[in-house]
Amino acid sequence: MKYIDEYRKKDLILSLAEKLRQVSKREIVLMEVCGGHTMAIHRFGLTSLLPPTIRLISGPGCPVCVSSQQFIDTAMAYSKIPGVIITTYGDLIRVPGSSTSLEKERANGSDVRIVYSVLESLEIAREHPDKRVVFLGIGFETTAPLTAAAILQAQKEQIPNFFVLSAHKIMPPVMKALVAEGVKIDGFIAPGHVSAITGTAIYNDLVTVCGLGVVISGFEPVDMMQSVLMLTEQIESGQPAVEVQYQRVVQKDGNLIAQKILEEVFEFRDDTWRGLGMIPKSGLGIRESLSAFDAERQFTVEVPASTEPKGCICGQILRGLKTPVECPLFAKKCTPSDPVGACMVSGEGTCATYFKYRS
Amino acid sequence: MSLKEDKIMLSHGSGGRMMHQLIEELFVKNFKNSILEEQTDAAILQVGSTEIAFTTDSFVIDPLFFPGGNIGKLAVCGTVNDLAVSGAEPLYLSVSFILEEGFSMRELELIVESLAAEAKNAGVQIVTGDTKVVNKGKCDKLFINTAGIGRMKHENRSIARAQNIHPGDLILINGTIGDHGIAVMNARESFQFKASIESDCACLNRLIAEVLEKASVKFMRDPTRGGVATVLNELADKIHFGIEIEESALPVNKGVMAMCEVLGFDPLHVANEGKVILVVGVEEGEMILEILKNNPLGTQSAIIGRVVEDHPGKVVLKNETGGRRIIDSLSGDQLPRIC
Repeated sequence: MKYIDEYRKKDLILSLAEKLRQVSKREIVLMEVCGGHTMAIHRFGLTSLLPPTIRLISGPGCPVCVSSQQFIDTAMAYSKIPGVIITTYGDLIRVPGSSTSLEKERANGSDVRIVYSVLESLEIAREHPDKRVVFLGIGFETTAPLTAAAILQAQKEQIPNFFVLSAHKIMPPVMKALVAEGVKIDGFIAPGHVSAITGTAIYNDLVTVCGLGVVISGFEPVDMMQSVLMLTEQIESGQPAVEVQYQRVVQKDGNLIAQKILEEVFEFRDDTWRGLGMIPKSGLGIRESLSAFDAERQFTVEVPASTEPKGCICGQILRGLKTPVECPLFAKKCTPSDPVGACMVSGEGTCATYFKYRS
Repeated sequence: MSLKEDKIMLSHGSGGRMMHQLIEELFVKNFKNSILEEQTDAAILQVGSTEIAFTTDSFVIDPLFFPGGNIGKLAVCGTVNDLAVSGAEPLYLSVSFILEEGFSMRELELIVESLAAEAKNAGVQIVTGDTKVVNKGKCDKLFINTAGIGRMKHENRSIARAQNIHPGDLILINGTIGDHGIAVMNARESFQFKASIESDCACLNRLIAEVLEKASVKFMRDPTRGGVATVLNELADKIHFGIEIEESALPVNKGVMAMCEVLGFDPLHVANEGKVILVVGVEEGEMILEILKNNPLGTQSAIIGRVVEDHPGKVVLKNETGGRRIIDSLSGDQLPRIC
């Protein structure tokens, strides 16, 4: 399959591994901040190909995992309002809130529907003018433009019963927050599809302020190995920079149309990340001018203060401080069929990935 | 009652762990008897001096018509295959309809014609049935329930029980995996993928009879809901040996692979309706592979793995770069990725 086979070639992967062994001298820690990267590393067994000097850790890159418990609880509260249809991307329905999950609420009679695209939510709103349709907007710069486009479409068509509960977030502030917090990181492997939208400049601060290199990477094993090599070379030569490995997709300036739509619909706001707390200007809230589509402004629900599940170390895992195997609940009390924390729910969550690819 | 949930969720019916738990802790616990406890695709019954295989299945698929088949064809294939993989010769089926008020008579005719054609093709007779019509909204268009009876040959009695399996035995499949699940999903959802993916829905009794005539098979199962991964996990659990699968040996259609890549699915977890997994002795592997390949329903057959002493009870997939990962049963419905 084109764009897949050539990036999974065994010989190429092994020759990159060999080159890495020659280049790598210092002991370094590289963080990937994308669930897709976490998956690729484990699915293709890449850690076993790296020299012992290089350690990869997973950061807060899974949209389901970083969504706050308060967000899940709010969605659950909406789902109990008569006449409300909740529409969501699949993974979210299993995330345990403080007391229940959307999947369980659905069994209790709430109307919760899985959609593959936010545009399906719009369609549901058109088909059910007597209902109020709430889309749970999660994800980073990759999925946010789609939500934004749907809101603009709803405005254009004057669809009064379509709303978005936004938990959309952006990547750079959380990366800087981790560095500021003192997590030992020598370089970042950055998500290719975020930069496909934003371009490369969003990471410039990490180089100039934090002195860390960033390589924007694709998702296949050859991409990942090459990105690790590029970062290692930067670190060994003492020349951190923002580089693009994923050149077949990422352009320096990104997708200008998507950026314009994002700008039109969203504004930066302080946001809470699961396990990490409040990070200034790290979330995307819907602008006042589009408040008619903002579920938070249009629905009044009381959501009690949320508590993180006892014993769950998702927070430390999302900060790269611990790996899932260090969690006492991992693969015992917490499994994909019976998850305690969000990191075990999403297929791209760090815990779910470790569970799936444990050997 | 030790079931954790107080309400039925969709995951209880998706063929994964939650369904397994429901069956064990509610159905088997209450219906307890030695035949049921074998938990094979078909129950093997001793009636006088004859052994018969008996199975039942229900079909609630949406959409009713999909590339490669419809609910009628599926009902026959599903029931016939459950008998055939148990080592029985399928003979008679029952078909019951639960119809929603207002359902199209033309569509019902098409479905019934498919049932008849597929039954004829498989050499089975539909000999009894039932019809219920429910108020509009009380069921989704049409549900079908079937039962099937087959004649059991005594020498095939051990197949369903997976009794004679040893490390070194080979694992075969008669073609590409995941076609049915992806074809149905593509027909149901509005993805607008242009891929022409057809369900593999087919009756396997003639193919299986051909194999059993010339060779001996240690175990067979059709990997329907929950896919190949679920069947192999159940097998590994039962035989207390490990199973090792070679990723590069798994036959997967390009279109299926592409859709799985896009949606974040693993084809090993996607449903099949015309596939059988066979476990055979190493000395017979190549010969059985040839028999399968010479049948139109097995042209892409492959040896996909083997039984091993290591990691008992677990299924491990080896990829080309030397990576190894555990393949679990599905723990609920397979959900599409977010980005």
